[in-house]
Amino acid sequence: MPFDLPFLAESFAALLRGIPLTLQLAALSVIAGGFLAFALAFMRISGKWWLDAPAQFYIFVFRGTPLLVQIYIIYYGLSQFPMLRHSLLWPFLREAYWCAVLALAFNTAAYSAEIIRGGLLSVPAGQIEAARACGMSGHLLFRRIVMPLALRQMLPGYSNEIILMVKSTALASTITLLEITGIAAKLISVSYRTVEVFVCAGAIYLAINFLVARLFAWLEYTVSPETRRPEEHHA
Amino acid sequence: MKLKFTLAALLLAVVATGTVSAQEHKKVTIATEGAYAPWNFSGPNGALEGFEIDLAKVLCERMKVECEIVAQNWDGIIPSLTAKKYDAIMAAMSVTPKREEVIAFSTPYAAGINGFAVAADSPLADMPGTGESYSLDSEAAEAQKRIDEIAALLKGKAVGVQGSTTASTFMEAYFKDGVDIRAYKTTEEHNFDLVSGRLDAVLANATVLAAALEKPDMQGAKLSGPLFSGGVFGVIAVGLRKEDTALKAQFDEAIKGALADGTIKELSIKWFKVDVSPRG
Repeated sequence: MPFDLPFLAESFAALLRGIPLTLQLAALSVIAGGFLAFALAFMRISGKWWLDAPAQFYIFVFRGTPLLVQIYIIYYGLSQFPMLRHSLLWPFLREAYWCAVLALAFNTAAYSAEIIRGGLLSVPAGQIEAARACGMSGHLLFRRIVMPLALRQMLPGYSNEIILMVKSTALASTITLLEITGIAAKLISVSYRTVEVFVCAGAIYLAINFLVARLFAWLEYTVSPETRRPEEHHA
Repeated sequence: MKLKFTLAALLLAVVATGTVSAQEHKKVTIATEGAYAPWNFSGPNGALEGFEIDLAKVLCERMKVECEIVAQNWDGIIPSLTAKKYDAIMAAMSVTPKREEVIAFSTPYAAGINGFAVAADSPLADMPGTGESYSLDSEAAEAQKRIDEIAALLKGKAVGVQGSTTASTFMEAYFKDGVDIRAYKTTEEHNFDLVSGRLDAVLANATVLAAALEKPDMQGAKLSGPLFSGGVFGVIAVGLRKEDTALKAQFDEAIKGALADGTIKELSIKWFKVDVSPRG
């Protein structure tokens, strides 16, 4: 099959209309999942078994099952219960959009919690001791010493997670949402031309993730001034 | 080492049988969806069953070829045929001009009849034309009148269809304005959402809907509005690669024979309780 340029341009234009929804799904779930992840990470390192155990179980379940299965359980599974359909949650769970955000957020929270926990545990004991020697403790110690150091450690791992989330939003197409992949499926359903449409869709994801990767590279650069050579002062 | 030999032998065997079937069609692999009861579906024991499974066996017997029936997702069913993953499609697939650009079709073995299903307690429960049947070809004016009446009722409502089907083509062609048309991977999925109340109606093949409505979890739903046939719904035929003209001739002859001696009608009554054999 020859590469048909007008068709390619037409598909590309149609797929671009899916970008806002893809970005919304990714952003909302990363933000909501981020809050949940922090809570889970603190539960994990709390040292109290009754906080640690539920967090461990949550991470075990959401990391150990496929995201597609989680989406199906939240979208098709929960709607099977008449009790839930008559509850206050239904206006929210009725919408495929919120089901997708919920599943993506629950999923990313499990992975991010472990990234955050890793970051927090990576702060050298010496730094904390030094801070205590300077008279810091509790929240002040956490805010000034532990968190900034931990955040920096987390960044590379967390950028991976965000890139994975952007790609995971494609699964939302399985529950009728017309984000980039949903639109691609629709275009293929009328044209039967898989290669052109999926190549365009892939290119769009690539462009988004390129920007995400650059953003994190810049963030890493800005938070690690000590690894750079001091700037030369101009006369 | 032994494992390697076995693997190589297996590979050779696969390649060898592959080439033979491509040339002589002693063995034909037929793809079906397996999620479109009662046309084709996975039975309680996991084996494929349905009208088309029975029909495929009849046709293969008539063509004197050995057949294997495989299940394939609806989305990829045409691309996988052109990619030679199998030789034929029997999956309640309607003949459409778009599809004919890509693949060839045998002589039709069934007609496509579609209708709406809604929740029995919804305001849409008795849409105009319930119990009637219209051809989009020979009764175009009457059909259009009903469509206009129904379009007014469906304004702002969510209607589910299976994506890449004549049902979705029909909705996009006649109800694009004002109706929230949602595409699903399978009819089973849009039926779930009809029952849960996410959808106000679904449009699908009437035989499939009728069978689904008999299930206990679909008790709260019913057919509403007229049944439509002809036009975009067209006729249902075996999908084949364009270059496999010999195989098409074989299928054509087998289907004509099965239509002439009443086998197709018999199978249709068995599975659908109505005769879906193409007329004329």
